[in-house]
Amino acid sequence: MSDTILVVVEQREGKLNRVSWETITAGQAIAAATGWTLEAAVVGAASVAGEVAAKKVAKVYAVESSKLEPYTPDAFAAALKQFLATHPAKLVVMPHTYQVRDFVPKLATAMGRTVISDCIGFKNEGGKLVFTRQMFQGKLAADVSFTSDAPWFATFQNGAFRGDKAEAGASAAPVETVSVDIADGVIRNKPQEVFKEAKQAVDLTQAEVIVAVGRGIKEQKNIELAKQLADALGGDLAASRPICDSGWLPMDRQIGSSGQTVAPKLYLALGISGAIQHIVGMKGSRAIIAVNKDSEAPIFEIADYAIVGNLFDIVPPLIEEVKKAKAGG
Amino acid sequence: MKILVCMKQVPQKDAPLKLNESGTWIREDVSYEVNEPDAYALEEALRQREKHKGEVVVITSGPARAQQVLREALAKGADRAIHLEDDKFVGFDAFNTAKAFAAAIKDEQFDLIFTGLQSDDYGYAQTGVILAELLGWPHATIIMQIEKTDTGVRVKRELEAGYFQFVDMPTPAVLTIQSGINKLRYATLIGIKQAKNKPLRKVTLGEVQSAVGENLQKIEKLYVPQKTKKTEHIEGAPGEIAKKLVDKLRNELRVL
Repeated sequence: MSDTILVVVEQREGKLNRVSWETITAGQAIAAATGWTLEAAVVGAASVAGEVAAKKVAKVYAVESSKLEPYTPDAFAAALKQFLATHPAKLVVMPHTYQVRDFVPKLATAMGRTVISDCIGFKNEGGKLVFTRQMFQGKLAADVSFTSDAPWFATFQNGAFRGDKAEAGASAAPVETVSVDIADGVIRNKPQEVFKEAKQAVDLTQAEVIVAVGRGIKEQKNIELAKQLADALGGDLAASRPICDSGWLPMDRQIGSSGQTVAPKLYLALGISGAIQHIVGMKGSRAIIAVNKDSEAPIFEIADYAIVGNLFDIVPPLIEEVKKAKAGG
Repeated sequence: MKILVCMKQVPQKDAPLKLNESGTWIREDVSYEVNEPDAYALEEALRQREKHKGEVVVITSGPARAQQVLREALAKGADRAIHLEDDKFVGFDAFNTAKAFAAAIKDEQFDLIFTGLQSDDYGYAQTGVILAELLGWPHATIIMQIEKTDTGVRVKRELEAGYFQFVDMPTPAVLTIQSGINKLRYATLIGIKQAKNKPLRKVTLGEVQSAVGENLQKIEKLYVPQKTKKTEHIEGAPGEIAKKLVDKLRNELRVL
């Protein structure tokens, strides 16, 4: 029997999280590189299993228990541990979502195993699988291997693979329901309803031009400078997380994994170093201009135009030039 | 409430990093600072103690230099500190770090353990959750608010894309804290003075050796990532840069 790769897709309230397609693509790529068999599992909400079965996978398991809804890390870890005991996998891959981060280290630990988390790629180096992940906020990358026995757990960063490249199967894969038994007392957390903070007043996802500020803006009063540039360009003002944490701009202007994901025609990053959590929210922008005084800032890795310099020197003349250009028609 | 805060010393955000000779880690001669989310975790613990009394203990692992984060935490108001001191702790994976912490605190009785939600160096976002499982405690991640209840705590979890969720849970528990949960305080002069007399327990690798094992994952190679995107550098005096950029905005990006 060949080794198995199990992709655990993510669903919320019966809807497949789009990032799951990326994980399927990742699983298909690893299967192609290793010759291993690719299977998928849905935990809770069997209704999405059919959707997954349309993709090129050998089999889809619907792991079921009435205790899997609402999500708790206790129930998810217990369910997958039980499932893996009867359906051994060599490699288990998942998207690096907030939910997966919440339960997969617990699951791996309960099995005496480890997770290589937040990977952006993989390599098959002469039969040895290594996973590439960013380190030091994206300044460096590392190739990481497992030194333990299977199952191995790996999570992939949002955007590491293309969801639209997930291959469809020639015919629908079989779906098998596997019921798991979660004993009373296993679930200790009592989650309440999911909610959205009342005033998400600003929708940056529709903005064509975004001027975003990061730590390099130094002081709250300097935000005004970025605002003037945004106004001159007819764009919206946004920020990286630390700026919103400091209360210099409201939370609804935050770009990144915990804020909004945007893809404007132009993203102008002022004094943003480009931590992974920020990058995932804006790397789909059509053009990225970055101004940063640190020539090694990770934001330059994804910038189309790089300006290494002090934003306080560059922004004022830029505002003037933009105004001139607009006035001149 | 007795709270343990797990803290880590990491290279400063804008510190230029150099690879070591074997290309498996960075050279140690950089400037360090406290891992940012850990600073918020400490602040939250201090605030909880101010509300509910109790004790705040800080723990870290790493070489002698790592003591600096404990000193700073004591100066901000933590009551005492535990330092697992050895160069080798730097190379521990999250599983082993959590095992070493669990061994070092086996005689303590904490109500809550806080960690930052992830570290700025490895970025694994795992140690807190692993520690909870090793201790047999419940956990919740990416926490933005904590209230004591009659049976434990009610926490506010941050979910993706602006969503949140309250979770009721019993204590003892492990919580991983999100940056921005509170406003950080500065150490006062008197705090810095008092910190010198606060207890700091050192734990050697030998004392926790029997609890840890081989790492379950290994960094084969650390390297500067290859660029996938073609980046055009725009250089010159600020005025020139502004003119060149406007030209790009108008003729290439067509946003003007």
